[in-house]
Amino acid sequence: MASPLGQSVTLHDIAARHLHARHRLLQMLREVQASRSYVPEEAIQFFAHVLNLPIAHVRGCVEFYSFLHTTPRGQFDVYFSDSVTDRMAGSEIVAKRLADRLGVTLGQPRADGRVTVSMTSCTGHCEQAPAGLANGRVFTRMTEARIEKMASLIEHGVPVSEWPAEWFHVDDGIRERGITLETFIPPGEAIRTALARGLPATLDEVERSGLQGRGGAGFPVGRKWRGAYETKGAHYITCNADEGEPGTFKDRVLLAKYADELFEGMTIAGLLVGAKKGYVYMRGEYEYMMEGLQTVLEERRAAGLLGENICESGLDFDLRIHLGAGAYVCGEQSALLESLEGKRGIPRVRPPSAVKIGLFGQSTINNNVESFVQAAQIAWKGAEWFSDHGETKSRGTKLLSIAGDCQRPGIYELPLGITVREVLARCGGENAKAVQVGGPAGTCVGRDEFDRRVSYADLATGGSIMVFNDLRDMVDVARQFAHFFAHESCGFCTPCRVGTQMLKHYADKIADGQGTQRDLEQVKSIGEFVKGYSHCGLGETAPNTLLDTIKRFPEEYTSRLLAEADFVPDFDLDASVTESRALTGRQDQLDQVHSD
Amino acid sequence: MSETKNTFTLDGQPVVFEAGQTIMNAALAAGHYIPHLCHHREFKPHGSCKVCTVRVNGWLSASCTTPASAGAKVESEAPDIQEARRRIVQMLFIEGNHFCPFCVKSGNCQLQAVAYHLGMEDTSLPHRFPSRAMDASHPDVVLDRDRCINCSLCVRASRDADGKDLFGLSGRGIDTHLVVNSSTGLLKDTNIDANDRAIQVCPTGALLVKRRGYEQPIGERRFDAQAIECEFESKY
Repeated sequence: MASPLGQSVTLHDIAARHLHARHRLLQMLREVQASRSYVPEEAIQFFAHVLNLPIAHVRGCVEFYSFLHTTPRGQFDVYFSDSVTDRMAGSEIVAKRLADRLGVTLGQPRADGRVTVSMTSCTGHCEQAPAGLANGRVFTRMTEARIEKMASLIEHGVPVSEWPAEWFHVDDGIRERGITLETFIPPGEAIRTALARGLPATLDEVERSGLQGRGGAGFPVGRKWRGAYETKGAHYITCNADEGEPGTFKDRVLLAKYADELFEGMTIAGLLVGAKKGYVYMRGEYEYMMEGLQTVLEERRAAGLLGENICESGLDFDLRIHLGAGAYVCGEQSALLESLEGKRGIPRVRPPSAVKIGLFGQSTINNNVESFVQAAQIAWKGAEWFSDHGETKSRGTKLLSIAGDCQRPGIYELPLGITVREVLARCGGENAKAVQVGGPAGTCVGRDEFDRRVSYADLATGGSIMVFNDLRDMVDVARQFAHFFAHESCGFCTPCRVGTQMLKHYADKIADGQGTQRDLEQVKSIGEFVKGYSHCGLGETAPNTLLDTIKRFPEEYTSRLLAEADFVPDFDLDASVTESRALTGRQDQLDQVHSD
Repeated sequence: MSETKNTFTLDGQPVVFEAGQTIMNAALAAGHYIPHLCHHREFKPHGSCKVCTVRVNGWLSASCTTPASAGAKVESEAPDIQEARRRIVQMLFIEGNHFCPFCVKSGNCQLQAVAYHLGMEDTSLPHRFPSRAMDASHPDVVLDRDRCINCSLCVRASRDADGKDLFGLSGRGIDTHLVVNSSTGLLKDTNIDANDRAIQVCPTGALLVKRRGYEQPIGERRFDAQAIECEFESKY
């Protein structure tokens, strides 16, 4: 079977399991996709009917998320991560090999419905690349030899659950532990410490620690909590476990090994502001961790750490985990809230902030996984335990996920304020010519900037560090990032929806050797425009790598511009008249009109 | 300075606002035009087209969703902002398939009128020439997605004014498109009426009433007589 759920699960079962709650629509649609390999029209109509939602709403949701499809996928649905560092490890080569062996076109299901092979945005296993998903299960370290075997298993219809277990082995990837990765909280101890100290005093402690949002934006966690604490009415706690920034995989290890610390942090926040419910929004790619996380939740409920009267405090709080379905934009806070409400992940208009009006219209504390983990540890160990590390304006340690051209890729917990040079020395990336700090949305620095610091005051990052050596083509790196953003733009605002397409167009033209100086100027000008006029952080950062690499590696661009032409048309005249030539039987030599 | 209490400046001119008003609505009420496409004062602001972007105390922001604040310095017609607005309109033109010379809406089209207002002389960017589905299934109304700019005005008008909720936006990114809220996804299976507000508010020719076209001769069309800014400025 293509899925553990099986075709036999009825739409009624799915709706009932989710209590006919509208905000769980995306969760229901995910289950339909998993059991049927697509979301059939009848399912769209069914959920619209039973949830009393407009059909256009349900259809809008299905057509928004990359892992939901309106036409059948193969019985085996295989995705390869196309993050730059996965490609450097050969993801495109193994994907094409598999597609060749099976006789399929990338992205298209085979005519007999057996299999689909596609590329997908970074799956968050970059240090074990090439990685991907087979019917939702994460595989790592794919090799051409394994591909041969995989093709055979697919041809013979062997279920993914019976494929070799070692293909699905995920290392925790930890290379260096600091205070956070060294600190395991005995379940409930941070909550009890917080209650004993007093919840408002614990808020003081979190504020005093200087902890800033670990997703990369760096908003002070204590200030956010205080904002919610001082806001009247109902509250929610949400955790951003979407971890979609290519090259970021540090929350993966926290979710796998530090779930108690995460839930402890969310619970303390919940008790503080009087929230009754919290949600972890976890990217769909991490579904394989769901079972483990549910077990931890059950253990915590049994121990009185979730549910009613937590630790005899008289306060109630419980947690649910929701899965995403392939949309990078849902890592943007307000898009995440929209998605949690069962809608398309379109970023909201701000103000108001989520602290004022967040999930279901209520005051909401939304933090990154690492932020909640560290907040729980601060609640347990005190502010100084944390603030003694790092630098003045960037306190504490940060988990970095390092991949690319280095000898020891993986997760490093390092004090903030560390230089890029020092990071490279630790991971064995001394030969780097460029480092992308903060993923495609971050900053690309060259050798003469390796003394810059990883911190909120200089090079901010949610964790992603990508290393590129002298052999890498930075124009191609920037082109791949441009494709990523064009694919992930939510489409709400004009500058990002169309602008990211234009950046992709010109990046391709230049990378393919068809660009002119004018095209390079277009990239710069459109890039600055998209940064300035877009609705949310996605568009505001989408042009970063193109602009950074043009500035830092100008020769890589200019060397491939067409030196003599100052203008090359955006369209191919010969291709444009192919159809009319065929119809008229004429063979005019139009190709002499351009290029030469 | 009691005078600045409910006043901001728009390109140096004082604009009085009421509590809770957006910069856009306060400006329009005072007879100042800020170019816009997805905004309509009868409906909840959307903030998606970004044509109405202004600089508020140094920060770029869509004026249709930004609350007016006392003493704010709002720049609207700065050269760089006008240039960016021109680029946004160019992007809307190359994103879809807009053929003004033979479009029924020509002369009555806000996309075209805003382009004229901004002095857009060409599209500058490569045309995408997308292939989009047309819905001519309904006896009286046609939906031509080629001319749709995803402004969602029909979505809001159908829901909030017509009380029918006939439209929605679907897809993602450049594939964002208008969908019809019926079991078949076709207009024929809705109760849309040729007099619906949803059709009237369409700023382009995406929603059209059948058998009505080229009713006014060139020279007498809506924006022939006066440029779009005059519609907002002439009232005061």
